[in-house]
Amino acid sequence: MPERKLIVPDKKLISRRSALKLAGAGAAAATMGPGFMRYAQAQSSEPIRIGFQVHKTGIGAAYGKWYEQTTNAAVKLINEAGGIGGRPVEIVAEDDATDPGRGAEVVEKFATQHKCDVAFGTLFSHVVMGSAPRAGELKIPYFVVSEGHHVASGKLNRYTFQPGITDVRSQVISMAPWIAKNLGKKVTMIFPDFAFGYDHRDYFSAAIKAQGGEVNALIPIPPTETSFSRYFAQIPSGTEVIYHVMVGPAVLTFVKELGEFYGSNHPPLFGFIDSLEAVSLKSPGLEFLEGSYFWEAYPRNAGAKPADADTFYRGKVGVDQYGSSVSDPNDVSTYSHMFGCWETLYIIKQAMEAAGYKGPDDRAKLIEAAEAITTIPEGNEHPQGDKVFNGKIHQVFGHQNITQVKGGVGELVYRTTIEEGMYEPEADYTAMPL
Amino acid sequence: MTARIVALHGAVIVALFLAQFVASDYAVLTITRIMVLAVYALGYNILFGYAGLLSLGHAMFFATGLYGAALGVTRLGMAAPEAFLFATFCGVIVSIVIGFVALRASGVAFMIVTLMFSQAAFLAVLYFGDITRGDEGIVIKDGQRMFPLFGVPMNLADPVLRYNIALAFLAVAIVLCLIAVRSKIGHVLVAIRENESRTAMLGYDVKRYKLIAFVLSGSFAAVSGAAYALLFAYAGSTLASIQYSIHPLLWTLLGGAATVLGPVLGTALMFLLVDFASGFTSASLLFVGVALILLVLFFPKGILGTLRQRYWRWLP
Repeated sequence: MPERKLIVPDKKLISRRSALKLAGAGAAAATMGPGFMRYAQAQSSEPIRIGFQVHKTGIGAAYGKWYEQTTNAAVKLINEAGGIGGRPVEIVAEDDATDPGRGAEVVEKFATQHKCDVAFGTLFSHVVMGSAPRAGELKIPYFVVSEGHHVASGKLNRYTFQPGITDVRSQVISMAPWIAKNLGKKVTMIFPDFAFGYDHRDYFSAAIKAQGGEVNALIPIPPTETSFSRYFAQIPSGTEVIYHVMVGPAVLTFVKELGEFYGSNHPPLFGFIDSLEAVSLKSPGLEFLEGSYFWEAYPRNAGAKPADADTFYRGKVGVDQYGSSVSDPNDVSTYSHMFGCWETLYIIKQAMEAAGYKGPDDRAKLIEAAEAITTIPEGNEHPQGDKVFNGKIHQVFGHQNITQVKGGVGELVYRTTIEEGMYEPEADYTAMPL
Repeated sequence: MTARIVALHGAVIVALFLAQFVASDYAVLTITRIMVLAVYALGYNILFGYAGLLSLGHAMFFATGLYGAALGVTRLGMAAPEAFLFATFCGVIVSIVIGFVALRASGVAFMIVTLMFSQAAFLAVLYFGDITRGDEGIVIKDGQRMFPLFGVPMNLADPVLRYNIALAFLAVAIVLCLIAVRSKIGHVLVAIRENESRTAMLGYDVKRYKLIAFVLSGSFAAVSGAAYALLFAYAGSTLASIQYSIHPLLWTLLGGAATVLGPVLGTALMFLLVDFASGFTSASLLFVGVALILLVLFFPKGILGTLRQRYWRWLP
């Protein structure tokens, strides 16, 4: 096999192409030129254009709706406060259909057609994975709000960041100590048989072992499954905790059948709220979850003494104290994820202002400024809590929350420290060329 | 082959070559993607348009190429050209094997069998998630897309190189299609589509010709999938799902089944329609639906198929 080495893109080829464009483009080039020149000359007063890759349709639509609502609220607030570096912020939203192929096309569109300064907002991991290579090639900073471990794992590139929401590895490992101490040490894991589930399987298994516990059964469930009773028979009798992280429309059936299988006598349940984002815990069929525990990045129930920043954030986004829309209590938000849009936009603002960002030519400075961020204080800009950003892996770390369902509402029982969710960096994006 | 046929298809290829010098950056990226997917549609058209076999499972061949290339590069340590050849080889083998089984059925049963195989392939991608990373998929890193070709360094991240590679694939696919449909094979396939029993009675080995069409079609899909993975640096299970079996059917129907350029035109129009509509509405698929209704009303044989029927009888 021939030796492979890093090769710098052929700039001569690119410049020759540019020359050919100018020489031979005729009318087409003439019509393109003025638009570009206008942007270049006026960029200091042009709005900061943020391409918002939003899941308006497809499996992520429930999240997309709330991501959009949160983003619009944050941008309104940022603009009322003077924008970014004195320039207004303009959101260019485009539906990616929660599809990685379309997601990649949308990123291309942001970079080359809409002339966005940065791209932002993606949730579903497969869309991030499909889009990030395009962002890296087109050298457009890409701020995702996904909670996947893909960014921190080093699989992506220097242009991709996750500064507003913690990743699944951090979430999972920070749960293990509390579970081992309070619920039990013999854990049966029920998880979806795809990448998201594997992250839970791998990282929680190691984390609970480090607490002196063990995973006594792994029960992967295919994503197309609609009936679950036969899987429950695989749960060993000595199980002290059932850890479940089901996602998708079948989760209501999952809970209902789990209840029918166990009745009132069952091991403690610990789940991830991902299963029930945008779903009311009071929904018929979810009664079995009463008394069970959930991980929540940001509890949807404000509790008796909410922080000022939380109250401020809810008011601006239009969410009541139970995490539902103020205009429709049945419209439950994706509270544990959508705050990531809000906080990411403020990170973009912080990094752009630190870099003295003027336009796309300053993208390298923007990347370096974002990488230089370390501590993030709690406040109206970061209502979920204070955080620590690791510039090497482009990933933020923060507090996690454990709630218990009481009367159909999650009540906070434990909030982790940031340190409980930290791990050794697996990569160093700063070593990659810009 | 008549001069005007050569001139028309040559003009399309030359026009696409020249487009890169005048098109905007976004248009260059879009046309690149369209050309890669048009290879998929061209292959689909051989089976559907000419042989009259409607497959609902071509995503499996696209995915074979996609994952053959992605895993070849990321897991087997192949250089991009080796991975491309490996993926194409896998596509040919899978097409032969599936073809042998699926072609035992016909009509609706053929559709169901191909759909079944494709769903099995899709679920296999998820089942072997430790290797394929399932729904999340595989990212091919920049360094894995660089390789020397005859001593010249190549970087698939270079948009100019990528455009011209996609164009080369499309040009080869158009030429192969033209040769195939105007050869004895093409004529026999059309005869099978029109009246299979009569074709068999005339002494043609119908099964053999259908298998040839199936393998050609599947191989084109695999080439397109491999090119997609290597040029756009990603392979994921979504690209193996049922919707990627439906896409080439829609593209072919829109452009005109049993016309060589129809699938290319259909791919471009559908792609641009979705791209345009998604800019201002989340109901972009509604536009697709309206387009298909208009198609049935005014262009029942697809755009080029209807134009051929009414004006250009010489169009292959």
